[in-house]
Amino acid sequence: METAAAAAPEPVRLSFVLNGHPVEAWVAPYETLLAVLRDTLGATEAKCGCGEGVCGTCTVLLDGAPINACLILGVQVRGRAVTTVKGLGTEGTLHPLQRAFVAHEAAQCGFCTPGMLLVAHAFLRDHPHPTRDEIRAAIAGNLCRCTGYTRIIDAIEASAGMREDPSGSTV
Amino acid sequence: MYPSPFVYHAPASVDEALTLLARLPEAKVLAGGQSLIPLMNLGLAQPGVVVDINGLPGLDGVTEADGHLRIGALVRHHALQTSLTIQRRCPILAEAASLIGNIRVRHRGTLGGSLAHADPAAELPLVAVALGATLEIRRAEGTREVPAEEFFCGYLTTNLTPGEMVTGVGLPVFGPATGHGLAELVRRAGDFAIVAACAILDVDDAGRCGHVSLAVGGVGPQPLRMRRAEALLAGRTLTDPLIKEAAGTVPDEVSPESDIHASAAYRRAMARVMAYRALTMARTRAGTSWLTP
Repeated sequence: METAAAAAPEPVRLSFVLNGHPVEAWVAPYETLLAVLRDTLGATEAKCGCGEGVCGTCTVLLDGAPINACLILGVQVRGRAVTTVKGLGTEGTLHPLQRAFVAHEAAQCGFCTPGMLLVAHAFLRDHPHPTRDEIRAAIAGNLCRCTGYTRIIDAIEASAGMREDPSGSTV
Repeated sequence: MYPSPFVYHAPASVDEALTLLARLPEAKVLAGGQSLIPLMNLGLAQPGVVVDINGLPGLDGVTEADGHLRIGALVRHHALQTSLTIQRRCPILAEAASLIGNIRVRHRGTLGGSLAHADPAAELPLVAVALGATLEIRRAEGTREVPAEEFFCGYLTTNLTPGEMVTGVGLPVFGPATGHGLAELVRRAGDFAIVAACAILDVDDAGRCGHVSLAVGGVGPQPLRMRRAEALLAGRTLTDPLIKEAAGTVPDEVSPESDIHASAAYRRAMARVMAYRALTMARTRAGTSWLTP
């Protein structure tokens, strides 16, 4: 019988698309996507919070759908598209949702912000004109210990319905 | 906060998976990973071998035939929630899925995985018991079917044996007169329920209750059918006093334990309240041609 003691799995070559760019890495099959992103690829914008899928700070989009990067193995995203908050906008050209977070001062310590932005982004894509209660429900799985959520909800609400980027592109 | 090393297998077919599970009886099956990987991240589970079944074809379908739905084990909660077939033919399942965890968990977690994990406070095991669902279980030697009520044996324990895995779930289709109710006591959206109740019942044109099923979760090692309450309701007109009387039998039928979330006495008291709410909700939704007395 194979046991943990006998297990010294060889690293495997993993390739997937990260924020629109193909990436490759050698990973151990037992490494979570979060470990691969942070420790191997340097994508530290995905934060490690609870490790249980409860806090939401490790949120990434997998083929557009929000998931917990801490609860999926790196090898499970082979060939798929992963988006972190760096895939939403760039430093020079923030995504409208990011601009709304800045305008409404929706970030305090900032640790929850990447996950909040990604969950809100996916939510607004499917619900372009949400009520405040729908916004509250949408981010119920993302914990913020600083803001009391009000400014986050304000920012998401303000961003809703203003999805066009001034440059003409939509995300 | 990362998993301990394990040997990883990602079989490409159900047969290949079953052969692996027969050869490696200690292996853990990885479906959506929303229960297993937290346990591994926290060091509570350290399997030496993991068999990832996400790549298996044929386990993610929803089909209807002969008055039954057949749902593949890999159908994810988000799909249960948004499938039109499930919304129309088994709406309680869509409603239960919508209450699970958060949007990220619902995009990964699977029906088969949730049932096999068998958390006594989870929504899908409760609904499976209330619906009288049948689990399709396969091993290398063949297939067997087990009623949900027999599948759950205790806290995080099922009657799966090494070498087996859940491959699908069979469910009865709702009739036009079927009503459902799901009530749960949670402190925060997406939490596991402290106590939950699920009621499914039919009402005829005269307002009499036909088939009725009431199950409660979070008040014992597995979801439990409340037979005394069901016996009180079957064949009778569902007045509010009768529903109250039926819900009143629930506390004596359960033996909850105290834990950090709630005392046994509180759970017992809330089991009555949740049963009342679930039954009332189901009665309101059942039939259309009669009025509440």
